[in-house]
Amino acid sequence: MMNLFGDPAIWLPFAFAVLMGISILVYVVLDGFDLGVGLLFPFAEADERDRMVASIGPFWDANETWLVMAIGILLVAFPVAHGTILTALYLPVAVMLIGLILRGVAFEFRVKAPTRHRSAWNRAFFAGSLMASLSQGFMLGLYVTGLVITPATIAFGILTALFLTVGYSFIGASWIIAKAEGPLQRKAVGWARGGIWGVLFGIAAISMATPLVSGRIWDKWFSFPSILYLSPLPILSGVLLYLLWRVLQRLPLPGDRWAWAPFTIGTGLFMMAFGGLAYSFYPYVVPERMTIYEAASAPESLIIILVGALIVLPIIAAYSILAYTVFRGKATQLTYY
Amino acid sequence: MDPLILSRIQFAANISFHILFPTITIALGWVLLFFKLRFNRTGDEKWMDAYRFWVKVFALSFALGVVSGITMSFQFGTNWPGFMEVVGNVAGPLLAYEIMTAFFLEAAFLGIMLFGFRRVPGWLHTTATALVAFGTTLSAFWILVLNSWMHTPAGFELRDGVVHATDWFAIIFNPSMPYRLVHMLLASGLTVAFLIAGLSALRWIWGDRGAEVRATLRFGAIMGAVLIPMQILAGDFHGLNTLEHQPAKVAAMEGNWETQSRVPLVLFAIPDEEARENRFEVAIPGMASLILKHDFDGVVPGLNDFVTEGGVVEHPPVAPVFFAFRVMVGLGLAMLALSWSALWFMRRKRGIEGLPNVYIYAFAGMAFSGWVATLAGWYVTEIGRQPWLVTGVLTTAESVADVSGGMVLSTLLAYLAVYALLTAAYLGALTYLARKASHGGRTTPDPAPRDAGIEIMTPAE
Ligand code: HDD
Ligand code: HEM
Ligand code: HEM
Repeated sequence: MMNLFGDPAIWLPFAFAVLMGISILVYVVLDGFDLGVGLLFPFAEADERDRMVASIGPFWDANETWLVMAIGILLVAFPVAHGTILTALYLPVAVMLIGLILRGVAFEFRVKAPTRHRSAWNRAFFAGSLMASLSQGFMLGLYVTGLVITPATIAFGILTALFLTVGYSFIGASWIIAKAEGPLQRKAVGWARGGIWGVLFGIAAISMATPLVSGRIWDKWFSFPSILYLSPLPILSGVLLYLLWRVLQRLPLPGDRWAWAPFTIGTGLFMMAFGGLAYSFYPYVVPERMTIYEAASAPESLIIILVGALIVLPIIAAYSILAYTVFRGKATQLTYY
Repeated sequence: MDPLILSRIQFAANISFHILFPTITIALGWVLLFFKLRFNRTGDEKWMDAYRFWVKVFALSFALGVVSGITMSFQFGTNWPGFMEVVGNVAGPLLAYEIMTAFFLEAAFLGIMLFGFRRVPGWLHTTATALVAFGTTLSAFWILVLNSWMHTPAGFELRDGVVHATDWFAIIFNPSMPYRLVHMLLASGLTVAFLIAGLSALRWIWGDRGAEVRATLRFGAIMGAVLIPMQILAGDFHGLNTLEHQPAKVAAMEGNWETQSRVPLVLFAIPDEEARENRFEVAIPGMASLILKHDFDGVVPGLNDFVTEGGVVEHPPVAPVFFAFRVMVGLGLAMLALSWSALWFMRRKRGIEGLPNVYIYAFAGMAFSGWVATLAGWYVTEIGRQPWLVTGVLTTAESVADVSGGMVLSTLLAYLAVYALLTAAYLGALTYLARKASHGGRTTPDPAPRDAGIEIMTPAE
């Protein structure tokens, strides 16, 4: 079975790199909207906040599990790279974890702790979302620039931190557009219009930095036949951005038509940006230092995980769909009974 | 400061905080299923009230378990990169299976369990509750397989200093796994039993005389009484198994320095590692030999066997293991005494009214005894494995990350602050929920008349 597709030392690491990429992408979109909703918290009124939380309440745990999955694959499939990457990112990882802790528990505490503490937990919800978003963006910046710490890479990291945060609040706003109605929905359209610029500049900044820090990536992008493979990405992204802008000018439409469009298009944009990154960095898992083939675990262990993954992933997909179906439609109030 | 020591403290702090919440959710999931099934069967509202109260505790504990668990999964990379580099081929698949089979299952059905009561048919809600309970137990299974393998590794071979799996059956069913799994699941059950009895007693003290509180206090006391003898028995078997595979750990637990027969059972002492003897020892002659070898003349290995000719100490630090063990066993005996005598007072359907007042206070005081016993037990287990991280394969010192002490110290302080805050908030929220429930009679108002003045129905509550 292992040699079915040729040398397992080649195709297994590749398969796991793909799985990890998918997990990161799913995480960024799904927890992106949760974090985004948290980032928009200070701009909302008290009753709107309850509905915003209600729109993500049933999902956030499953969404966050994709982060565990992504880091798990890095851990189990590329153990050597895992240590290198995480020790290099030691502090931002800690900031992110504390942010995720605050965000996750604030959800529960804001309604279970004594009422007089509610506003403190609301602030913790925002602060946690902010810490997590900023640190994830910062790590993205450091990763793109090769995981070395210099004033320039830190400056770039701060830039990507800001852009990813705006990007998350954009996707959070488009989630609220889909899940809310009335004044909150109109407000969210306004938020999304503001966020679109962050998305645009963020993608542009990373696209410009990536080839500049690596000669290898420069060649991959701008040498002849490969420039053709890559060209659909910027063109498609441009089209999506234009569509997004047009839709947001017109929303909300009667009968709630197109309410899902910003979220869908936003997801498309995230996919484009992610695809570009993945294309540029392949085959490296630690940029310019370690390829996925050098970092991979023993094939015998990987195959055991892969077999499990192939059986389990469709099941996970099935019950995720069930959960989203049960809680489809506009978010109302959540109750335990 | 030394990054090794700091990383160890940080790891111990993180895992200690994490384990608190799974310990509750593993068993509470099944208890909620029980409440739900009782309601389905009898139609008695008190079971649904109990469900509604405890599902909130479950949601809160689950959230804390998840966020602290995410911290755990990053710890391996940030602080212990050597761990995955050496044993990744065994640990990796086990962790991966935990994520794929357990975490996603819980996460997906948690939403339906918590918020789906009115959105899905009754059977689906009951199924979701059962699947979440099953998922938490499954994650305990996988992580305990890994942890047990670290204590009693099997089914592998070393190639170029890296562990390669040779026999997955032997890895999963390694010698200490069955004991540890049973003992941990029972510990979770006991923690929940005493938490339920304790919070119900607190509500009783605050004047709640409702049918729900009567039912849950009785339920907690019975559950505790049923589980504690099993736990003591399981603990005994666990100890015997440990004697076979990790004798140095048992020697530290017993505070036994010399290999000898007729080893006394040390009730209290202050082990002194410098002088290599016990101070202020109070002991029952011959009992330890009897317990461990089922024979007064049985020979039990002592700590001095684990010091090399050159004087290098290869046994774990004695005092923490010794004291933690006594805390755990002491609490186990206290649980036994409390639950069984309480049952005696509550016999013949006299229920809670039959209990003397001190019992109500005793239950309230023991509400978190399960937590303390569980932490103590884990300290015995984990500190007792030192200096090894994976017995005989990898030492803790070999696997630590190359990050500066200052960096570890700063994150350690940040984690400790967050954990202190959250533990206080958690305890505060539980008592607040209990107080609210004992005043309102029910924790959640009926949906139809929503009287904003008295209680606003809030989402996700
Ligand atoms: C409610 C919790 C609780 C209670 C009342 C007890 N234990 Fe326990 N014990 C645990 C919770 C626990 C634990 C936290 O779950 C541990 C840590 C690792 C493990 O497998 O279980 C543990 C470990 C542990 C070990 C260490 C095994 C090893 O690491 O190799 C021994 C020998 C015992 N227990 C024995 C006992 C005995 C003789 C008890 C009799 C009263 C007892 N335990 C009560
Ligand atoms: C089941 C999964 C577990 C795994 C994989 C695991 C793994 C580890 C690792 C990697 C270390 C080395 C770091 C160190 O020395 O501090 C360690 C030590 C330790 N662990 Fe665990 N552990 C587990 C469960 C627990 C639990 C549930 C507790 C307690 C509540 C615990 C308490 C400790 C303590 C106190 C140490 C420090 C021992 C010392 O350094 O002297 N562990 N464990
Ligand atoms: C080093 C060891 C550990 C790691 C890396 C770890 C990791 C995690 C992670 C990432 C989660 C969140 C899952 C989600 O997203 O839903 C989690 C939750 C959980 N963990 Fe751990 N964990 C460890 C130790 C333990 C131990 C010792 C136990 C119990 C014996 C345990 C039992 C659970 C359970 C039951 C959950 C479900 C969530 C909950 O009920 O709180 N874990 N763990």
